[in-house]
Amino acid sequence: MLLRHTKKEVMERQALTVNPAKTCQPIGAMYAALGIHGCLPHSHGSQGCCSYHRSTLTRHYKEPVMAATSSFTEGSSVFGGQANLVTAINNIFTVYEPDLIAVHSTCLSETIGDDLQQIVTKAKDDGKIPEGKQVIYAPTPSFVGSHVTGYANMVAAMAEQFAENTGKELDQINIVAGWMEPADMREIKRIAKELGAEIRLFPDTSDVLDAPQTGKHVFYPKGGISIPALESTGDSKSSIALGCFSGEPGAVALDKKCKVPFKTDDIPIGLRATDRFLMRLGKAAGAKIPESITDERGRLVDLMTDMEQYFHGKKVALFGDPDDLIPLAEFLVDLDMKPVHIVSGTPGRRFEKRMRDILSESVPDANIKNGPQADMYLLHQWIKNEPVDLLIGNTYGKYIARDEDIPFVRYGFPILDRVGHSYFPSVGYMGGLRLAEKILGVLMDRQDRDAPEESFELVM
Amino acid sequence: MTRVLPDPSVVKEELIKKYPPKVAKKRGKAIVVNDPEKIPQVQANIRTIPGIITQRGCSYAGCKGVVLGPTRDIVNLVHGPIGCSFYAWLTRRNQTRPDGPEDKNYMTYCFSTDMQEEHVVFGGEKKLKQAIQEAYDLFHPKAIGIFSTCPVGLIGDDVHAVAKEMREKLGDCNIFGFSCEGYKGVSQSAGHHIANNQVFKHVVGLDDSDKGGKFKINMLGEYNIGGDAFEIERLLEKCGITMVASFSGNSTVNQFENSHTADLNVVMCHRSINYMAEMMETKYGIPWMKVNFIGAESTAKSLRRIARYFEDDELMARVEEVIAEEMPAVSSTIEEIHPKTKGKLAMLFVGGSRAHHYQELFGELGMETLSAGYEFGHRDDYEGRDVIPSIKVDADSKNIEELKVTADPEKYRPRKSEEDLERLKSEGLDIRDYEGMMPDMKKGSLVIDDISHYESEKLIELYKPDIFCAGIKEKYVVQKMGVPLKQLHSYDYGGPYAGFTGAINFYKDIDRMVNSRVWKLIQAPWEENGVELEANYVTQ
Repeated sequence: MLLRHTKKEVMERQALTVNPAKTCQPIGAMYAALGIHGCLPHSHGSQGCCSYHRSTLTRHYKEPVMAATSSFTEGSSVFGGQANLVTAINNIFTVYEPDLIAVHSTCLSETIGDDLQQIVTKAKDDGKIPEGKQVIYAPTPSFVGSHVTGYANMVAAMAEQFAENTGKELDQINIVAGWMEPADMREIKRIAKELGAEIRLFPDTSDVLDAPQTGKHVFYPKGGISIPALESTGDSKSSIALGCFSGEPGAVALDKKCKVPFKTDDIPIGLRATDRFLMRLGKAAGAKIPESITDERGRLVDLMTDMEQYFHGKKVALFGDPDDLIPLAEFLVDLDMKPVHIVSGTPGRRFEKRMRDILSESVPDANIKNGPQADMYLLHQWIKNEPVDLLIGNTYGKYIARDEDIPFVRYGFPILDRVGHSYFPSVGYMGGLRLAEKILGVLMDRQDRDAPEESFELVM
Repeated sequence: MTRVLPDPSVVKEELIKKYPPKVAKKRGKAIVVNDPEKIPQVQANIRTIPGIITQRGCSYAGCKGVVLGPTRDIVNLVHGPIGCSFYAWLTRRNQTRPDGPEDKNYMTYCFSTDMQEEHVVFGGEKKLKQAIQEAYDLFHPKAIGIFSTCPVGLIGDDVHAVAKEMREKLGDCNIFGFSCEGYKGVSQSAGHHIANNQVFKHVVGLDDSDKGGKFKINMLGEYNIGGDAFEIERLLEKCGITMVASFSGNSTVNQFENSHTADLNVVMCHRSINYMAEMMETKYGIPWMKVNFIGAESTAKSLRRIARYFEDDELMARVEEVIAEEMPAVSSTIEEIHPKTKGKLAMLFVGGSRAHHYQELFGELGMETLSAGYEFGHRDDYEGRDVIPSIKVDADSKNIEELKVTADPEKYRPRKSEEDLERLKSEGLDIRDYEGMMPDMKKGSLVIDDISHYESEKLIELYKPDIFCAGIKEKYVVQKMGVPLKQLHSYDYGGPYAGFTGAINFYKDIDRMVNSRVWKLIQAPWEENGVELEANYVTQ
């Protein structure tokens, strides 16, 4: 057994986390920053942080992930990292020539109290930031929240430091993307186009982390929201934030700075979250939902009705990030499935409340935990106590899935051992079809594997 | 086809031309044109310049990830915010094989104190103690290692005091700490040293029992990536050589405890573990010798050298038998592949020994290494151990503890007399020595320490190598340039590459990579010739 020491008896823990269902803030900030065109993310800390984050993102996307670091030494940790960051800014603009640098902090620079705003101002005063180039910054202390928080903090920094309200309202809607895959961001843009809605989506990692093989390495791929487009978000009619954990802080920042009103919706995963998103976008943009989209919806519902018997009553264990898990759980309930165990390492009270609401009818006594010690070790113990038919989560779930012999659908971050997540969306009705197909695939493979010879079905 | 290669000194200038003057000056010292006859000095183990994109990681990665990570029955508890433990969770592919289903194996687990803001403000020792207690209650491990991440050192948590207190409290669990904060030193290398020190201080020498075996060795600096150690174990066993302990691929805590009973330490990765070899010789009298099980010839040579050390005719004969049994499969594979790889060009930028070792395998395929360098090597790994006395100790290396080791009054037992060692040396057995990478590289090859992203791209542009070896961060950048990249940290999830079986695996993988059809399919047909347009004239 791979996780041979995981025991059925649950012991209350106060201090020890085992097999976390989260990681730290800076990686989220690095990912978000890659969603601005011409941006080089910069990690203000020890070089290990940057190396780990780049490695993890690279394994997940199988794409170049470029980022720089302040390469702290013991000296900089004692005397402060200002000199390192100013040097780094100068070197980066000289050698790697980005349009902007997006700096995020780390537990190290936060612990010693480095003030990014002050250091960036100093770099500017010292003439280290060339004309027309920019440096933005986001505090992302690793000892607060999770990778989701870091993503949100960088997105908020984009809004705060770029958006301008010129007083002239533009006929466009901001969509503040919660943590989604490049394929999802591409799909959101496609849907908006179908509606004829003019949107400003940020960040936008499509065409950045799904770049084509051309025989050339394009250091700054063609994707990412442009700086002028980001600046114009302050003149938009309104914002829609996707995901209250990862998207909303960006919309709040826009509202605060530029008085752009916002509404928060779930990331449109599954049927009803997509319904709500479309209603919201249609209303905000004054657009009708075209027949093509209604047809897409119809196709998803068609699959759900056709294959209902295979989903019905199946127990599911989930782990991952709140903004994914909330609409995903709702979708599973719509498929008549039963999410019985759910953990997320990301703290925040709204998570459990939303989950309880979603599960109130179908699984009122579900095990739900998020925040400290809401880890995969606990999830595994719950599964040992109440077995499930399906596990959904990131790649680390494969160890539980193998030990307990549970069908497993990879979903979330990071996915280190399969491809597809960066190319095929999970949002919208098309994304719903993909998720439903993946779930069906593993459930039916299981039925095929375990069926006695006499009841091995040709047609299912 | 012979390719005309650019002049290396011109290439060097190209690599640093774009840098600001100060950076160019510093990087210039890390890029040298090799001359194996007269080894030039290379700058190494020096701070990476902020903002210059580096391959390097941190001290914690070297300590927890590299050295301690592969030991299966120790609970490696990371004291700090969640990320450090998360990123080092199963990502290094250290394989391990517990004896049975009841045997301890914590390598699939990730343990962290998940430090929060309140702990940064008020101190994290209390939480650390509680976490140790909980780990003990849940798992009853034989040992717990505590790894300090950046904030821990800064807020002044004393992990060593906590370790001591909890060790005494729990009684049957060896608990020790590592001050391997990420900002220590200039790369992973500092962490290797810290790991060596603490394992030596707290674990080695605790179990004196004689586990038997006539020719007893420890394998140092072999981390069982992709099963390398399994292949080496297979060969040693076949030869009748007993491996007492492995530092640290496929290892257990008890192996470390008992390792001082071996009669020879053989060192694979000189960079990460030479400290252990030296300390064990001083304290217990066990000589050490550099070996290399990467490459079929090197493997044969290493087995012969181990046999030579023991000066036993039977062992020497057995080693020859094993080599004779293993080599035909190697030779026939080379025969088949060599025509397809001969003359192709390789570059290797990785680790602290792999960039050297893997040149052997490329050589066996008839491929040339144009340029190579380490991510975290020191000058001795390039130029040989002779230069050690002349290496300047700077502020960054000064803060890594050098243990003061003396002969153990009871357990020191010189395995060979100084005269015997001198005699063996004079017969060509280079005991306590490592000549480094540069003597094995061609004149005019470029040696580049801590290569930057910019330099890698330029180098590929200028030389157009057939294969580039580095790690995951470089993998897809280089491949986007149309050049296959072989990961030499993770082996691209293949391997093993050590020993004879490993060499065969490597030959096949390299053949597959440099001759894969896909590289010829990158351009769309309409990009090459345009689309032939039907001439449709619409006339009114």
